[in-house]
Amino acid sequence: MFGYLLRRLGTFVPTFIGVSLVSFLFIRLLPGDPIMLMAGERGMSDERYSALLTQFGYDQPIYLQYWDYVVGILQGDLGVSFKTKRPVWDEFFALFPATLELSVCAMAFALLLGLPAGIVAAVNRGKWPDQLLMSTALVGYSMPIFWWALLLIIYFSGVLGWTPVSGRMSLQYFFPSGTGFMLIDSLVSGQKGAFSSAVQHLILPTIVLGTIPLAVIARQTRSAMLEVLGEDYVRTARAKGLSSLRINGLHALRNAMIPVITVIGLQVGTLMAGAILTETIFSWPGIGKWIVDAIGSRDYTTVQGGLLMIALIVMVVNLFVDITYGFINPKIRAR
Amino acid sequence: MTRPRHFALGTLALGIASLFAQGAAQAAGTLVYCSEGSPEGFDPAPWTAGTTFDASAKNVYNRLVEFDRGTTNVVPGVAKEWTVSDDGLEYTFTLREGVKFQTTDFFTPTRDMNAEDVVFTFDRQGNTDNPYFDYVGGQWEYYNGMSMPDLISSIEAVDDMTVKFTLTRPEAPMIANLAMDFASILSKEYADAMMEAGTPEMLNQQPIGTGPFAFQAYQKDAVIRYLPHAEYWNGPSDLDALIFAITPDASVRYQKLKAGECHVMPYPNPADVAEMKAEEGIEVLEQEGLNVGYLAYNTQVAPFDNVNVRKALNMAIDKQAILDVVFQGAGTIAKNPIPPTIWSYNEAIADDAYDPEKAKEMLVAEGVDGLDMKIWAMPVQRPYNPNARRMAEVMQADLAKVDVNVEIVSYEWAEYLDKSKEVGRDGAVLLGWTGDNGDPDNFLAVLLGCDAVGGSNRAQWCHQPFEDLIQQAKLVSDQDERTALYEQAQTVFKEQAPWDTIAHSVVQVPVRSEVEDFRIDPFGGFIFHGVSLAD
Repeated sequence: MFGYLLRRLGTFVPTFIGVSLVSFLFIRLLPGDPIMLMAGERGMSDERYSALLTQFGYDQPIYLQYWDYVVGILQGDLGVSFKTKRPVWDEFFALFPATLELSVCAMAFALLLGLPAGIVAAVNRGKWPDQLLMSTALVGYSMPIFWWALLLIIYFSGVLGWTPVSGRMSLQYFFPSGTGFMLIDSLVSGQKGAFSSAVQHLILPTIVLGTIPLAVIARQTRSAMLEVLGEDYVRTARAKGLSSLRINGLHALRNAMIPVITVIGLQVGTLMAGAILTETIFSWPGIGKWIVDAIGSRDYTTVQGGLLMIALIVMVVNLFVDITYGFINPKIRAR
Repeated sequence: MTRPRHFALGTLALGIASLFAQGAAQAAGTLVYCSEGSPEGFDPAPWTAGTTFDASAKNVYNRLVEFDRGTTNVVPGVAKEWTVSDDGLEYTFTLREGVKFQTTDFFTPTRDMNAEDVVFTFDRQGNTDNPYFDYVGGQWEYYNGMSMPDLISSIEAVDDMTVKFTLTRPEAPMIANLAMDFASILSKEYADAMMEAGTPEMLNQQPIGTGPFAFQAYQKDAVIRYLPHAEYWNGPSDLDALIFAITPDASVRYQKLKAGECHVMPYPNPADVAEMKAEEGIEVLEQEGLNVGYLAYNTQVAPFDNVNVRKALNMAIDKQAILDVVFQGAGTIAKNPIPPTIWSYNEAIADDAYDPEKAKEMLVAEGVDGLDMKIWAMPVQRPYNPNARRMAEVMQADLAKVDVNVEIVSYEWAEYLDKSKEVGRDGAVLLGWTGDNGDPDNFLAVLLGCDAVGGSNRAQWCHQPFEDLIQQAKLVSDQDERTALYEQAQTVFKEQAPWDTIAHSVVQVPVRSEVEDFRIDPFGGFIFHGVSLAD
């Protein structure tokens, strides 16, 4: 197990280097630069432009700029946002809890509904529950996030008035953001109604962000379960007279979990991507929207730093996924 | 065994019920503005985005002179009067007495605003030795963009209540420049206190100004909170509080407005406007924007160096169709390079008639029948042009009728801005301009002056008669004299047609009906002083 862990950690370093290179180059491949964009229709004199280029180091050869960037990372310094002149690190941590809170809720939603849906579908294969659940999953997977979100807002917030339109918290509550997690901070604040406001504001964004992972998890669970349910040992268990619940819930599910856990790990990437659209529509102040805006304004440092941090998160989550394999499947850790 | 289960179920039910419990209602006099984006910072001078100015300059600060709310007329701000020397080089401002900076949780001023604050405000932008010069990157975009470093020779505090600006050359628009957001007056006392505390960045993160609203808190990308400044020199606001709820998506802003979760919103989706107008409880305010959208020919490249060719092409383009298709009614046809909202707009000028027959004749007469040309279309939406590609397509169809074959080209925005400046550029470029200070010079000199060829003068047009007029107008202080000069300049422009002036967009601001006395700012800002909520 230890050896396995070490090997997995070993892949971190080259992956990290690769991500830092990609995030650095990608934004620079886009035409235009932040200084030109800042000048807008007015433009600026060539002298001023050169002076600013030098000030920000953009006139240096690209490998030198990359070197400065890497040295910065190693010292924990992701640089300063071109747009706001504040440290990228600070901005990331100011915004990340919102994305994390939403992603965790969305993942919980996807799991709580997706796993049982997949199991029920697998056990009732070919019959109407299976068909209903799988076609619903297909619809959920195919719907554009933006459209789905607007639909929910117009109907549930607009017409019915059951949920708030956007944001994380009703404006009448004002309390310090201690952890950045609205569910925690609102409880701690002790203000009456604040916690319920936080929950209400989470409902629609969670549903929207969680819909695609839900669909994927449902389908993946179903196919993994089907494979396992067809195995000899399951047939044996049935022959021995074990209850369906015990068979499906314990023996079959446990072994079906491996591909499902893989999918969960990969869905973290989807959540980060979906967060961009969800955050925009629901005015959710997270990192997704932050990075997209930075790309538009060619804020090099924000894009580099933000992409790097997201990649790090995805790598860490997948590392945990792999560790979990080790626990679930003894064959893997013996290697 | 049943009791714990009942207990658990009961608690669960109660818990779920409590989820929907309402807390205290929002204070009735709190105005919520659904802003479209986040401010870059709260010290207005380093930044350029309108969003930033709404959150800072327009509501937290004042300037020496200001634009009368809803207009482009310059009126006294924290300077009660000023004189200009005969040679046009010295501007002396007498400050108002008793103007108080805001008192907040994080700062209590010990004195009123005085000349030191004014000097600091500009010194930090122009003087590299000022400790605050570099504090947020040192780029002072508008201070430089309006040529302040060349223009200002010195600024001194003559006494506590008097400040004198000495210029290097006469520049009549100077007064209008001082009404711009970058010239917002900061508190030197606060700046010194923050520098001493080792936290100079606070000047940009937690602002202190003399304006009607005091900063309370900012949750990044989410909410900005302000409280009215009880001692505001120009009459404290009636509101209990002002909140900016940052809502990036236009459809969602509309939903919030409908639900009463915000009272004022910017930049509606053009497609939603008709529904908004019909909606009870919402009013859509409209005003012509301080902008112009145009097609700039490259007047240095044949055959566009021939004025008859330019005139002919102008006559071949159907501007009304463009207005209907591209602006969906949210615009007016432009005949002059400045919008009607700016003084000296020459109403008497007649626009080029839409006459494709005549246009074709003229083109044939000039020997450019069957012309191939490019039209550059912007890839982004701008206040003066909601859909440049669509506009280019309409023009392409119109010009095809006069045997002109148009190829539409586009580049990514930053590249577009860069490449379109080139003197040898191949093609006519769609672009536009939003005014900075309500002065005609800000349009005519910046966009059509000889100095700007190869820069913001996309027509690469340098025409001596026009140039003489606008340079003369810079030197003269008397507005009537300047008006006469600019009117003539517009006549010359019309004769020479370096552009086809397309449209001035109409700014639409949906507000809830209980909002009283909100006025659209021609500069695109959102000003909440003087606004109240009906019960």
